[in-house]
Amino acid sequence: MSPAECSPSPANSLPAVATVPAGDPWRSHTVRIEGIVEEIPGVQTYDLRFLDQEVAGRYRFLPGQFNMLHLPGIGEAAISISSDPANPQQLAHTVRAVGNVTDALARLHPGDTLMLRGPFGRPWPVAESTGRDLVLVAGGLGLASQRAAIRELARRRAEYASVTVVHGAKEPSGLLYTHEYREWKAAGVVVRTIVDGLPQGTATTENAAGDAAMWDGRVGLVTDLVNELTMLSDRTTLLCCGPDPMMTAVAHAALRHDVPAEQVFVSLERNMACAVRHCGLCQFGPVFVCQDGPVFSFAAIEPYLSIPHL
Amino acid sequence: MHAEKRPQSKPRLAVYKFASCDGCQLQLLDACGRLLELAERVEIAQFLEASSRVDPGPYDVGIVEGSISTAEDRERIQQVRRDCRFLVTIGACATSGGIQALRNWGQIDEFVASVYASPATIDALATSTPIADHVPVDFELRGCPVDPGQLLDLITSLLLGRRPRVPSESVCAECKRRGTVCVAVAQGIPCLGPVTQAGCGAICPAHDRECFGCYGPAEATNLVSLTTFYEKRGTPRERLTKLVRGINGYAPAFREESDRLESADSMRARP
Amino acid sequence: MHADDRVVQDTDPLRPTQGRGGPAVGSWVWLPTETLQPLIDVLRTDGMRVIGPQVADGAVVYRDLAEAGDLPVGWIDEQDGGHYRLQHDPEAGFFDHVVGPHSLKNFLFPARETIGHFLREDGTWRQVEDLPEEPPLAVIGVRGCDLAGLAIQDRVFLGGEAVDPGYHRRRESLFLVAVNCRRAAATCFCHSTGCGPAASAGFDLCLTEFPGRFACEVGSERGAAVLAKLQEKVPLIACTDSERAAAAEQSERLEQAMHARQRVAGEPAPRSLNTEGIRDLLYDNLEHPRWEEVATRCLSCTNCTLVCPTCFCSSVSEVADLSGDAVQRERHWASCFTLDHARMHGTSVRSSTASRYRQWLTHKLAGWIDQFGTSGCTGCGRCITWCPVGIDITEEVAAIRATSPHDEGA
Repeated sequence: MSPAECSPSPANSLPAVATVPAGDPWRSHTVRIEGIVEEIPGVQTYDLRFLDQEVAGRYRFLPGQFNMLHLPGIGEAAISISSDPANPQQLAHTVRAVGNVTDALARLHPGDTLMLRGPFGRPWPVAESTGRDLVLVAGGLGLASQRAAIRELARRRAEYASVTVVHGAKEPSGLLYTHEYREWKAAGVVVRTIVDGLPQGTATTENAAGDAAMWDGRVGLVTDLVNELTMLSDRTTLLCCGPDPMMTAVAHAALRHDVPAEQVFVSLERNMACAVRHCGLCQFGPVFVCQDGPVFSFAAIEPYLSIPHL
Repeated sequence: MHAEKRPQSKPRLAVYKFASCDGCQLQLLDACGRLLELAERVEIAQFLEASSRVDPGPYDVGIVEGSISTAEDRERIQQVRRDCRFLVTIGACATSGGIQALRNWGQIDEFVASVYASPATIDALATSTPIADHVPVDFELRGCPVDPGQLLDLITSLLLGRRPRVPSESVCAECKRRGTVCVAVAQGIPCLGPVTQAGCGAICPAHDRECFGCYGPAEATNLVSLTTFYEKRGTPRERLTKLVRGINGYAPAFREESDRLESADSMRARP
Repeated sequence: MHADDRVVQDTDPLRPTQGRGGPAVGSWVWLPTETLQPLIDVLRTDGMRVIGPQVADGAVVYRDLAEAGDLPVGWIDEQDGGHYRLQHDPEAGFFDHVVGPHSLKNFLFPARETIGHFLREDGTWRQVEDLPEEPPLAVIGVRGCDLAGLAIQDRVFLGGEAVDPGYHRRRESLFLVAVNCRRAAATCFCHSTGCGPAASAGFDLCLTEFPGRFACEVGSERGAAVLAKLQEKVPLIACTDSERAAAAEQSERLEQAMHARQRVAGEPAPRSLNTEGIRDLLYDNLEHPRWEEVATRCLSCTNCTLVCPTCFCSSVSEVADLSGDAVQRERHWASCFTLDHARMHGTSVRSSTASRYRQWLTHKLAGWIDQFGTSGCTGCGRCITWCPVGIDITEEVAAIRATSPHDEGA
């Protein structure tokens, strides 16, 4: 049976792309850790290189896709790719040590090897959105899934009307990739940040004491910033990644600006073992998050996001 | 992988026995025939079942068999906890109080008087309780006895720094994977498999008899529904109470259900 | 049935052995019951592992079959919610049992399977190519619902962008001897799903049982080639048109009786499932109170999912030696009834039994249609029989339909 005979998932209107590498879906490739950067406490970015040059030569990915990182003997985890798609041989993954695989990953050192399968999943609709105002909204580590898109948009900035990144974190120390904002801004990307709160004793503009840890930015919810944006209903595309309730809130904020639900995209996270629609673990209503997503249009996925424990 | 980076002394392991039959320790001796291989990877500093030599603590990993059933044990477990960085309890006794916890439903004095010739020499607590009731436990391995494969996997996991692969599903999943025909459905035998945690490999149903819950309650389950169905199908309530109040009878989910069955039984028996 | 029958043929790229003579595809021959043994022998001589139904541990199960005498001749099965009993019936033929707890899934998508080997040498991991060779499988006695289940799993493992290598390998060389049911158990509802009781497509040979002999339909070139070899041992007689009609009529009679929900040969009437608009019915009722009600009975024990011939969920374990330098990845059956299935960051997305039962039933009967263009249910009734407390999928759907605020009176 050809894939065309399979009914396309109704819960996505994104264009068809190769969401699975060719050949044996269980075949993985050795990668070596080239470098590890601690982004924020407990969150590292791993710079990975394929050992096999032939594999490296044909590997391509799109922003928003993910790899399965496999530590033999420990387990495998789906991690979005955070590096520039223009340079697919240098893969970066930003990971928080929160579980079996990610804890073990955090104990590795440059020079160590692991296995990698990918890339998988539907990407952010970056290529489809030229000429539009792009708004990327990320809560916490959600920015890792958007960094590939931001890098691509910064490079191709002239092809888009505007590019705005809205990043929220629990507190200032949770903001990701802060050392890159200058570069993004220089390329014409608007970067706005907000934090839920400040740790006790943080200096602010109100009680400034010349402290290096001073926070002169916004305190509030990421939706506060989204609400302040000028979003034109006929030219805005919003991409959102974060916890499910945050994405729902941001999407509704966009809808209140009359951005059509078809132009609001969210990236879901679910447990998965195979990444190719075979293991069934990532099912969410009628979709497989691994391959029908992880990026979904809010129009398609909203009916299911609103059902508890689905 | 990190283990290769920094050559280090082997992790030190201590094995302790409390109120128990030693069967779980024997599973460690068995260790799927890989005890010697294990000894190359860990320093077995205390394991009286295997050697009378005891090297002093502290230890990286303490493996505890048995329940707390005497005042002396109640004190001793505190020192064990202090001596061990990572404390693992193994077996039904250590994790739920064991078969000896049946006394928790009776009178200790009556048991002692009827069993021992000189009851005065017996100094036992009125209850047999799991280790976790007395000290914090880092990991529990269920079973009566524990499965040597699971025990080995636990130690491997500690060595590799990963989460141990202990299933939380029911015994039914193991029956179905090995192709065993369900004894409850095909023979009408009341079986605790549907409400019992997997891990044994579903040995009993594969030998044509019921699961009697020696791995304790499964993570998400519904004992009332199962016993109600068995009762409707003709199993007397007294028999169901005994089935649930067995080796892991004092595990909270099983305890609650046997108490419910018993109280409903006594209510029904009332004129 | 929902599944397009062509699917089975299209995903079954078997190379025919031609030019050996023997009956042609589409023709019918008589196989006296004594030819079952030579048939098994021909398959085994061809290097196949032959599987067939046998009585073991109080049920008819699929096992390796060398002797035709091990087939369950004279046995029938009484089935109901949480109930299965074998009964001896001197009138019963070789295949008058219905379906047992095993299905083709046990062989095509085995409960445990090694999917990769990894070695670390000089600190560098690599994947090793050394997956075991398996003999081709021949299965005797599969039913219409079994074939439908196979066609559905074909869509899952072969029909998408990714092809499962192990399933593909086993499926390519699979040889199927189907049987048309003469009986329906009280748990059967294949007439509702369009999957039976007759085996309509996807087999190499198909048997309709008559006293002392089988009318055998040739379904494929491979089936024809096997009969050609059988013919070298025993003479085969072609069925006449009226004999073929009699065979077809036998299946039609049973199907009509099932539709009428009549008692068949003194047995309780089969179940039925109204599949009309079932996808929307279930999606419209994701918050129906029935999910909470069934949760008071459901054990979350996973039996329904594991006996289901189409349920395909799996998980992967890492099996390492003590050094951690040699690792096997093992895929095993998983179930949406476990908390591990939807566990994220330490907690399950579907923490309640109600949400897990809803996941299973809505996926089986609704989500599957979106995902694979077919229902996931074949009407085999295994989930009803092998549920330890007899929860009945047809009853649950009927209860939701009867009280659906969106579908009143349907």
